[in-house]
Amino acid sequence: MSRVVRVAAGQGFWGDWLEAPVRQVQGGPIDYLMMDYLAEVTMSIMQKQKSRDPAAGYARDFVPAMERILPDLAAKGIRVTSNAGGVNPRGCAEAVLETARRLGLGGRIRVGLVTGDDILDRLDKLLARGHELRDLDTGRPLSDIRARVRSANVYLGMAPVVEALGAGADIVITGRVTDTGLTLGPLAHELGWGADDWDRIAAGTVAGHIIECGAQASGGNLLKDWQRVRGLERVGFPVVEMSADGTFVVTKHPGTGGVVNVASVTEQLVYEMGDPRSYITPDGIADFTTIRLRQQGKDRVQVSGIKGAPRTGMLKVSIAYFYGYKAVGTLVYAWPDAFAKARAADLVLRARLRDLGLEFEQVLTEFVGVDATHGRLAGKPDPDAPEVQLRIGVRARERAPVERFTREIAPLVLTGPPSVTGFAGGRPAVEEIVAYWPALVDRREIEPHVRVEILTA
Amino acid sequence: MRGKRATARRPAGPPARLQLRWLAHARSGDKGNTANVGLIALEPSLYPLLVTQVTAARVARHFRGMVSRVERFELPNLNALNFLLHDALDGGGTISLKTDAQGKVYSTALLRMEIPVPFAVARQARPKRSAG
Repeated sequence: MSRVVRVAAGQGFWGDWLEAPVRQVQGGPIDYLMMDYLAEVTMSIMQKQKSRDPAAGYARDFVPAMERILPDLAAKGIRVTSNAGGVNPRGCAEAVLETARRLGLGGRIRVGLVTGDDILDRLDKLLARGHELRDLDTGRPLSDIRARVRSANVYLGMAPVVEALGAGADIVITGRVTDTGLTLGPLAHELGWGADDWDRIAAGTVAGHIIECGAQASGGNLLKDWQRVRGLERVGFPVVEMSADGTFVVTKHPGTGGVVNVASVTEQLVYEMGDPRSYITPDGIADFTTIRLRQQGKDRVQVSGIKGAPRTGMLKVSIAYFYGYKAVGTLVYAWPDAFAKARAADLVLRARLRDLGLEFEQVLTEFVGVDATHGRLAGKPDPDAPEVQLRIGVRARERAPVERFTREIAPLVLTGPPSVTGFAGGRPAVEEIVAYWPALVDRREIEPHVRVEILTA
Repeated sequence: MRGKRATARRPAGPPARLQLRWLAHARSGDKGNTANVGLIALEPSLYPLLVTQVTAARVARHFRGMVSRVERFELPNLNALNFLLHDALDGGGTISLKTDAQGKVYSTALLRMEIPVPFAVARQARPKRSAG
């Protein structure tokens, strides 16, 4: 069978290009629009927003995006999968349904709502039953920080997405479903892949990984020959054309900018990679060392050969917990001797913080234009640099020292080294740090609680 | 660009030293406090050179004082190496105070690393005009 299923990426993160979903729906044939909004830090940001406003906690961009494309989706039969729900998928689903009604699409749009990833209410029960939820990086048990936990969401895989599509959902809205599950779900649903068809599960997972960051696979942030990438102002987001055997093509709509080539796909494949032989998701394990890429034509890369392995018995949990406070202040020093002035200012500031008796967990100074991104590898600073930005950040468990720090930046303008500017923004803000605690949990504790509901506008 | 003219005049003999930017492209990302850098040969023919010369130990030396430990994985199918740079991000995620808290440009810091390359490769690899 030569049938292909087309899944298009519409967003690669919360804050991505607002025009992309519209152009994906209008610029060429697609079957599904995949809208990924969640990164590791996103859940903690959403949780912070929800604690201020119980109606918040999801990717608000998703609702106006749906407003713009709902008529096209309905007319063309394009379905959407998205984890825009964040820590409040029900609130997100209701907002989309409200929008559909307002557009006169009442009765025509079915939203599949996926819940059950949120385990905050069950956390103590899990701990009591002996699940320690140790931090995957540090090995510490969750009991160390239990009182400070703000949210806890399990990464779910494709299963609830497949179920929602099977039940007729036009728009599937989830909380913490994996980025790859949003692509794999539609593929497994359409092509009839079994949940234990490990090679095809792996192929769909790799397809999902390639498009989950949007244009980062189609010319955006592409380092190789970057000056030769044309038309980024109208960059085409990637589209996967999947065949039933697990072979697929990565492409983009005709007439769009950017590029899809072996280099652009390879750069995205290695992005956020761990051990390439075992890319672990809730749905299975993909072996990235089996991927074969071939340029099949202009802006078409064929991906084949992918091998997979069975899924593990564990699921990953994304826990957000209150950590402390931080603030970052910046000042710009001008030629001549810009770097020397910035460095002198840093010493003055540090001495003042010390004299005030303020205690910080970390005080980090970077000189933007000198060493901020490459540290000592950047080599000797240019003595003739036109300007250098002093960027100094502090972090503490208590709010008070950070608050005081934010009042020590401005005074440097009149009480420190000369030729300083760039203080239009006022005092830096004190930011609450909600940190990330990755852990594993037995999937049998989670899966019975996952729910799929179909809501109609 | 010390050594550029010297190597250009030399017909053979000792290998030149070349920054990885002329031999590979790269992309980096994060997982918690670990940055990953995927290093991809600009041409398939350059991949064996990367495998031999860009070892985990040398990368650890390159990032001395900036990371605690380096792991390397090989992807011959993609002409790529993947490096995990542990404790590279000042706590990572929301905790980090760094400009590059999520390790987005650690990739380019690796491209500063110099490795010995055969003279013929150096002459081929380095473009006449700076393009990378």
